[in-house]
Amino acid sequence: MYQLRSVSKIFGDGLRALDGVSLTVGRGEHVAFVGPSGAGKTTLFRLLNLTLRPTEGAVLLDGVDVAALDGAGLQRARRRIGTVYQQHNLVGRLRVVHNVLAGNLGRWSLATALASLVRPRDAAHAGGALEQVGIPEKLWARTDELSGGQQQRVAIARVLVQDPDVILADEPVSSVDPSLAVTIVTLLRALSHGSRKTLLMNLHSVELALGHFPRIVGVREGRIVFDLAPDKVTAELLAELYAGNRDDERQLEGMRHAIGPYGGACRPLPGFTE
Amino acid sequence: MPSAPTAAPAARFPASPSKSTFGWFLAAAFAVVLALSLREAQVDPRLLVQADAIANAGRFVRGMVPPALGAEFLGSLARPLVETIQISVMGTAIAVVIGLPLGLLATASLMWRGSLHERTASLRRAAFGVLPYGLARVFLSAFRSIPEYVWAFMFVRAVGLGPFPGVLALGIAYGGMLGKVYSEILEGVDPRPIETLHAAGASRGALVVYGLVPEALPQLVSYTLYRWECAIRASAILGFVGAGGIGQQVELSMRMFQFDEILTELGVLFVLVAAVDFVSGRIRGRLVR
Amino acid sequence: MNGARAAGVGRGSTWAWWTVGGFAALVAWSAHGARVDVVALLGPEGLGQMAAYVGKLFPPDVSLPMVRDAALGTFETFAISFVGSLLAVVLAFPLALLASRSVLYRGILYEGQRLGGGERTARIGVYAAARGCLNALRTIPELLWALIFVFIVGLGPFPGVLALGVHTAGVLGKLFAEVIEDVAPRPIEALQSTGASRLGIIVYGILPQAAPQFLSYALYRWEVNIRAAAVMGLVGAGGLGQRIHVAISLFHEQQLLTLILAIYVIVTVVDALSAYLRARLL
Repeated sequence: MYQLRSVSKIFGDGLRALDGVSLTVGRGEHVAFVGPSGAGKTTLFRLLNLTLRPTEGAVLLDGVDVAALDGAGLQRARRRIGTVYQQHNLVGRLRVVHNVLAGNLGRWSLATALASLVRPRDAAHAGGALEQVGIPEKLWARTDELSGGQQQRVAIARVLVQDPDVILADEPVSSVDPSLAVTIVTLLRALSHGSRKTLLMNLHSVELALGHFPRIVGVREGRIVFDLAPDKVTAELLAELYAGNRDDERQLEGMRHAIGPYGGACRPLPGFTE
Repeated sequence: MPSAPTAAPAARFPASPSKSTFGWFLAAAFAVVLALSLREAQVDPRLLVQADAIANAGRFVRGMVPPALGAEFLGSLARPLVETIQISVMGTAIAVVIGLPLGLLATASLMWRGSLHERTASLRRAAFGVLPYGLARVFLSAFRSIPEYVWAFMFVRAVGLGPFPGVLALGIAYGGMLGKVYSEILEGVDPRPIETLHAAGASRGALVVYGLVPEALPQLVSYTLYRWECAIRASAILGFVGAGGIGQQVELSMRMFQFDEILTELGVLFVLVAAVDFVSGRIRGRLVR
Repeated sequence: MNGARAAGVGRGSTWAWWTVGGFAALVAWSAHGARVDVVALLGPEGLGQMAAYVGKLFPPDVSLPMVRDAALGTFETFAISFVGSLLAVVLAFPLALLASRSVLYRGILYEGQRLGGGERTARIGVYAAARGCLNALRTIPELLWALIFVFIVGLGPFPGVLALGVHTAGVLGKLFAEVIEDVAPRPIEALQSTGASRLGIIVYGILPQAAPQFLSYALYRWEVNIRAAAVMGLVGAGGLGQRIHVAISLFHEQQLLTLILAIYVIVTVVDALSAYLRARLL
């Protein structure tokens, strides 16, 4: 699905956010990315969802170099990738139905898109997606009236309507109530598994990552430091990964004493440890 | 994964949003007002594309280019330019002199409402609070609502021609605007430091000087500077009706159909406005810090 | 006192004193140049003249024909301001989009692809032209626009409508463009990741965020325009202004007062309407 060859991203002010990253992700794989804040995980995701272009190296999507894409081709490629952000995915002043149906923007003509704002085209489809994420009754509510967790679920509903081949989730649960976090992660995993989508997720919580994903990638200072199955991820590796980040180290200490933010260790879904 | 739905589709999520009656009413009112206004204002787009309209427009544009750039003409613009600046500054100054005291009087939280006056007897509050407040509001409203040029006309009758009536007109009309906005700014100030001072026994005057004004000063100055920018443009317009400055030059040029002169005068006005925008923007930027 | 002053203005209070001093000098110079003669104004002769003039204004002429004429003028002025403001919004909209860098060539909508040198320059050119156009529309005062349009289409309220529309479009266009540029970028980025076209992103992401502020500016500008519409009549563009011009020229002071009262009424009404709509809709 994805192939990154020695990708680097240097921003205008000289900041080297990614440095020589090489990565291969197959179709249908579920991968979790962990690492301290500022490590470059978000930049990596913005490269993967074609918001940014690499400064050096190549990003290949199904064998096609992303740098060759432009205009309509870029749009088509983006349509195949659905992204859930940490927050602010949605336009607050629009009703939920419009935000969910926005997942169709990649395939609707401008006229259809405009008409849908006046009278939503296919509201039933949006309703179905909302039902899958558990909040069908909010279909006509104004989006900024929903709680953070509900808005996150609307964002997922939008991705469902978009029906991409890849789902990227950039810290989807960091701004959400911890009790809801497991639900959302499990939901995304189930939805992706059901339709054989590739799922890549940035997670702040190591515990969530280790408990739910069959492949863990550690990112630190713009580089990949490990790429392993969860049972191969040792405490030493994690300590090295988060060295120097006080909050994260505290997180690790909690895990060492089997006290996670979600109370007790999470168990992986059956059938996913390879 | 979700369990198989048992209810009919419509029961799972609401079929359509609740209607908003106010929205419909507003849309209908808007349509009616628009239709009536189009007729009343004799709007006829065809007039724009008629032969003589296009011919006139052509004459105008052709007459403007090239702009009049003779040394003598440019020299003759110097005095009006200076006059415009002076009128705008003086007008704004008078506006502040009028607007600040009236604005203070028109601040409800200072005069009769809120925590400062909880222990004042209601009769005293009415006489020294509500009454001056109401009067100030009425005056400010009257000053604001009557356009500057009407004031200018009246002052011309009273003090004769020249830039002075324009200055007074600006002062009164802008005084009304400044006063209203000043009172809004002062109302919006954080009340806690004021209450602390009040509890410590400060008189109302001291409250204003030590508490209210320093807190609100950046915003007050910022809006006053913005008004000065507007005053430059207003001076130009007042000049149209004889109050001096560049506006008067434009009116003269228009009357004599010297379009090339107009282009130059507009250019000068443009540069002036840009310069004032720049200076005022800089100062306001400094204030924000 | 010094402490309070410094607290209000912040560090660099010497700079503040310099500015204050500069302004004081500016005011003094202006007072001289504008021939501000406060003594003459407030002295016995000045006050006497003003009192005499005010005396001539009262009582206002409330005869039926006068009141009817004032009412007609009021409706006309209202109509000019209403249609003019609407025209301004219609014109400002596309101009503002073209005058926003984030829509045309910069920012999150253009990170993922490289704009060719030629195309980028062309877009910057369009941006500059739009901004220049808005500046030109803004700087020419409404009255001058009114004169120009009277010259082109003749007398009556219609040139007033055009003048207001064109001038206010310049003002609103600049404000709209600033709103567009300040819109929250994250929802825009999220919309872009669905594969939407740039126009689709504008319609679903930028406009819904900008609309409330647009409405607020337009309503506020209507308050300014009702006053401007009253003035347009001076140059033949109908409404109360025209009647005031006549009343002043013919020295009919009492009719003038009636017309001034009419202006006061309509301005207050529009101010109240505008405030009400802004509170209700935003």
